[in-house]
Amino acid sequence: MASTYAATRRPRAAGRWRRHAWSYAFLVPGLVLFGGFSIWPLLASWWYAFFDWDGVGAPTDWVGFDNFSEVLGSGDFWQAFWHSFLFSFAALLIELPLALILAILLNNAWLRGRNVYRLALFLPVVTTTAVIGIVFAVLLDPIRGVVNTALTDVGIVDQAVNFLGSTTTALPTLIGIDIWKGFGITLIYWLAALQTIPKDIHEAALIDGASSRQSLRYVVLPMLVPIAVVILLLVFQRSLNTFDLVQATTQGGPNYSTDVVPTYVYRFAFDPYLQAPRYGFACAAGAVFGLMTLFITLLQAPLLRGRARGGAL
Amino acid sequence: MTTTELVRSATSPEAPVRPDRRNRWYKLRPKLWHLFLIPFCLLWVYPFIWMVSAAFKTQSEMLLGGLSLIPKEWTLENFERAWTTAKFGDYTLNTLTFSIAVVVLTLLASSTAGYALSKPDLPGKKVIIAVLVVTMFIPHSYTIIPVFLLINDLGLNNGLLGAALAQAGPGLVVPILLFMGFFAGIPRDLEEAARIDGAGYVRTFWRVLLPLAKPVIGTVALMNFVFSWNAFFVPLVFTLGAPELRTLGVGMFSFFGQESTDWTGLAAGACISTIPIVIVFLFLQRTFVEGIAGAVKS
Repeated sequence: MASTYAATRRPRAAGRWRRHAWSYAFLVPGLVLFGGFSIWPLLASWWYAFFDWDGVGAPTDWVGFDNFSEVLGSGDFWQAFWHSFLFSFAALLIELPLALILAILLNNAWLRGRNVYRLALFLPVVTTTAVIGIVFAVLLDPIRGVVNTALTDVGIVDQAVNFLGSTTTALPTLIGIDIWKGFGITLIYWLAALQTIPKDIHEAALIDGASSRQSLRYVVLPMLVPIAVVILLLVFQRSLNTFDLVQATTQGGPNYSTDVVPTYVYRFAFDPYLQAPRYGFACAAGAVFGLMTLFITLLQAPLLRGRARGGAL
Repeated sequence: MTTTELVRSATSPEAPVRPDRRNRWYKLRPKLWHLFLIPFCLLWVYPFIWMVSAAFKTQSEMLLGGLSLIPKEWTLENFERAWTTAKFGDYTLNTLTFSIAVVVLTLLASSTAGYALSKPDLPGKKVIIAVLVVTMFIPHSYTIIPVFLLINDLGLNNGLLGAALAQAGPGLVVPILLFMGFFAGIPRDLEEAARIDGAGYVRTFWRVLLPLAKPVIGTVALMNFVFSWNAFFVPLVFTLGAPELRTLGVGMFSFFGQESTDWTGLAAGACISTIPIVIVFLFLQRTFVEGIAGAVKS
């Protein structure tokens, strides 16, 4: 019995392995690249967070949770944290619904020139954030900026507004530019979502006598809910991790009024004016933020799933 | 809407009103949307128009301000200055090298992994996909320090290859899923036929399946090309110690930090870094947009 078991079982297991050997070999480049530059760094940054380390040599000064307690006790970190969330709240409250309205409009075949509109709105998506940041910095310049010239000429403001240079206006301005930049991609997400809805269903509702508004409200929108959850998460993630725009315009200033967590992390590790980089501390800040983001994401998921079941948007 | 209502509305005297409502107002209504859409979209296009116009203006006209978008005197001097003095020529070459390296790395790793994962009976497949999807959202800024150190250890620091590895690695999930979905949809008979004809695993993939995957290859290549052309964070970190390797996005800042900012040169530099990719995008926008849409749907 034992010998037959060995005789039939072993070769089969070996055969199974041999049958898939090439598949596993094919997985190697992808897993090395993704594992090395995405998964390992994630784990490693948690490890580094327990050290006081300037990046020279291997980390040796184990400090336990000191970095974490310093992060959690730092007012600057919480301010950056709050700013990051403001970016995503604004995106979720303004960009997401506005893009949906436009997507519904631009999804109509009767609208002439809709491709031109889509392209116009998509243009910032394919442009480097650095370029966008710089162009806006020049447009909004208090002395020669076009926006201020226009505003003072018309008489809306009597004194030029230092949009990016004042602690009160810098953050709202950056949030506005971030929405402007991300709008096109959110629009494409919504258009993709609308195209998953079979045309016949919408048409059937219209034939049944529903007005196009009713059909939208009771047929189209409820069907969008499952994919809307994905879109919401994508927009949430994108806006929460805004870095390029802030780094390209204000670098977190003036007086840290536009600091977000990624610029905070960046500053402790890569700021050229830094005496000695604090990799351990920067890793701890990133780890805390990553954990909280994950937590909030997980918090949203069941809520949204419950809503999806309820069928109401 | 009940049946009786339907019958009534179909037979009621009001029914013939409908064609009447297709009068002038009814025809005009769709057009009225343009009154909203044109100004709305101008808000999106204006900065680009301004950028192009400023690039052709003279320094003095720029300094005087003014809202005119048409330069009084057209000049190409700004482009000349940006291209040579500000080294945008070099930056363009760097950006091209970096983007192509990212595209090649991504295609190589994602097509093979996507094919392997499209096998329905591969042990461990579900775990691998779950890990890929869960870690998809990790932003570069949390992992950049270990990535930086790893690339340093590999001796690739201050080089475009190191930056390309750091850019391509985390961006693999969507390409892998796209290839996986495509290969899973190909009839298995095709693969088996190739096997019977004596082709091995690699040959089947290379000669039979990959040529079929051209649309996916195009989408993945284009998406990665556009995103790496416009990447900012990774190239910034990896060229901190090597200014000569800056990409266009990072190089924009060479105009700052002097006593006065060269605004028109900046605008010309912005045009140099934006116009090529916008042209690529305009020609291939259908592929690009469908790729993004496909990624969201899957």
